[in-house]
Amino acid sequence: MRHRFDVQVGPVAFRIGSAWAQPVAEMRALYADYPLVRSVPHYTVRLEPERPWRRWLRPSVAIHGDHLLPDALPLPLAQGLLAAEMGMNLQLALGERRFLLLHAASVEKDGRGLILTGESGSGKSTLSALLGANGWRLLGDEFVLLEPETGAMIPFPRPVSLKNASIAAMAAILPESRFGPLLKGTPKGDIRHLKPDPAAISAMHTSAMPRLILFPRFGFEQAVRDVPPGEAFVRLTQASTNYTTLGARGFDALTRLVTTVPAKAIDYPDTATALKMVAGL
Amino acid sequence: MRRLARALADPASVLALDEEGWTAVLCMAHAERLSGTLAHRVEGLPVPPRVAEILNTARMNAAEARTRALWEVEMARRALTPLGVPIVLLKGSAFLAAELEAGQGRLVGDLDILVPRDALPEVEAALLDAGWEWLKEDAYDDHYYRTWMHELPPLIHRERDAMIDVHHTILPLTARAKPYPGDLIDMALPLGWDGSWDEDGRPVGGLYMLRPESMIVHAAAHLIADGDLSGGMRNLWDIDRLWREFSSQDDEFHLSVAEEAWKHHLGPETMRALRLSDHVFSTRHSRESGNPASAVGKGSWIPAFAGMTGKGDGFYITRLLARDGWGRETHRLLRFAFYIRSHLIRMPLPLLLRHLFTKWRKARSGA
Repeated sequence: MRHRFDVQVGPVAFRIGSAWAQPVAEMRALYADYPLVRSVPHYTVRLEPERPWRRWLRPSVAIHGDHLLPDALPLPLAQGLLAAEMGMNLQLALGERRFLLLHAASVEKDGRGLILTGESGSGKSTLSALLGANGWRLLGDEFVLLEPETGAMIPFPRPVSLKNASIAAMAAILPESRFGPLLKGTPKGDIRHLKPDPAAISAMHTSAMPRLILFPRFGFEQAVRDVPPGEAFVRLTQASTNYTTLGARGFDALTRLVTTVPAKAIDYPDTATALKMVAGL
Repeated sequence: MRRLARALADPASVLALDEEGWTAVLCMAHAERLSGTLAHRVEGLPVPPRVAEILNTARMNAAEARTRALWEVEMARRALTPLGVPIVLLKGSAFLAAELEAGQGRLVGDLDILVPRDALPEVEAALLDAGWEWLKEDAYDDHYYRTWMHELPPLIHRERDAMIDVHHTILPLTARAKPYPGDLIDMALPLGWDGSWDEDGRPVGGLYMLRPESMIVHAAAHLIADGDLSGGMRNLWDIDRLWREFSSQDDEFHLSVAEEAWKHHLGPETMRALRLSDHVFSTRHSRESGNPASAVGKGSWIPAFAGMTGKGDGFYITRLLARDGWGRETHRLLRFAFYIRSHLIRMPLPLLLRHLFTKWRKARSGA
């Protein structure tokens, strides 16, 4: 393909090909602190026009790759960076078999791994970004990679995808250089990517053991509730993209997680309260 | 794509691949749904650690797909064998159930079965009763399948999300070639047979698979006489593996295949498929000696097909190999030509025009 970008994030190497220069240039800036080595990639992502003329005429970026969702909609060229990020997520969600994948954010401090999971809008991305700015090491904001054989969380610290109101909240406390371009009017609203702390990136090959699972909910009165293992199990199977395809390995890994690691549901009215609550747990 | 074909047919060739070569081969294998097959073929060879990791994932994926496919076979067996009609497994599911070399690492998607046409109503009722339902509820599509096609409209299981295609013959009823499905079913071999016979002299046991020679002819019909060669590399690989496995057990296998092909009016298609397989995977060199097939020259390497030339093979080969190291489809124009051809060989032109007109009108009013 005309433009190529190779990057390794934690245990996963990507090759991204693009018909346009812009998405690749934006990726290079966003991933400047990562190892940009060319190797045999685990996954290939292609950003290409749906029809040949759409390269120039009202350019529209279709997301293709090793693994495909038939109904993934193309994005305008201005959102090419988002297309690349979505393509990378899609490859992992559909193709990964080494790890049990949980749709969740995770951070670590003093060897204590924390899993934050919930539906979109629960605030897990924002919380993980905030924790990352407050002494925790960001392991990832999109996927937790659980190694079935050891129960460890393998870091996958991609840039955090901040949405709408949380963009301004994070911009208020972190330097401009940590942010990617503002992508306005995407299918998920406004999006801006936040680069993880360089220390989190350079430690991306150091795994962490999970010690606590949190199910946060934003916009409610402050409350904490213990989540019994059975409920945590069911909610995590729903949060996993490859639980069924891993078969017995997936079942064993998830059973071990929920029976050895406590889980709590926390409701919070604002992020400052959430930070205090997490610190107290 | 030549590199992928070579890696499959001659696994040791991968030892010469560099990083870029591996990247391309793995990406193309993914796109052709041959990653599990590739992983199986190169197992045990010293490959770079990263490649081993990717192949291991492909192996896990294929193992899971195999479990799932065999479970679907079992579900169909439970739903349909009480009817007492022969149920013949086709394609990938048959290769897996019969533990054929063609099934090694193969990613099997839908379950395909062949049943006698007069048993369709009861088979359909039994499947609906066991939890399968129509994928598309559309009167015209339903009519299209039932009047002109070789299968029922696809059914999907509402809990397991798995598709089943129920065939009553191996080519659309409107295609030029008219195979004899009754023969295919009567001659089918029992799978997992317990040795007992029923009153009609059929082996008791439930499920069946096509005879080896019928499998080759069916695979050839599917590849050459139906469809636009999408996924053709995998179909061709099936043919290569089936041929190698069966001809190594039976010196006169080529005669059985020729006889079967002519019987079902699929001589030229079968011969073309075998020529293509030989060209892409060196199928004819499956035996060192003693195989009369290997003694015959270019064009027809099977004596019974002597005199047939390979006219037009070049287009097929280019089409089969039309993919680049990024997994992208290449040769747009040729692909389109084969797409047009797939329609022309499915139906006589007047019927095709009527069908396309109906679809176009529906698309316009529907969307």
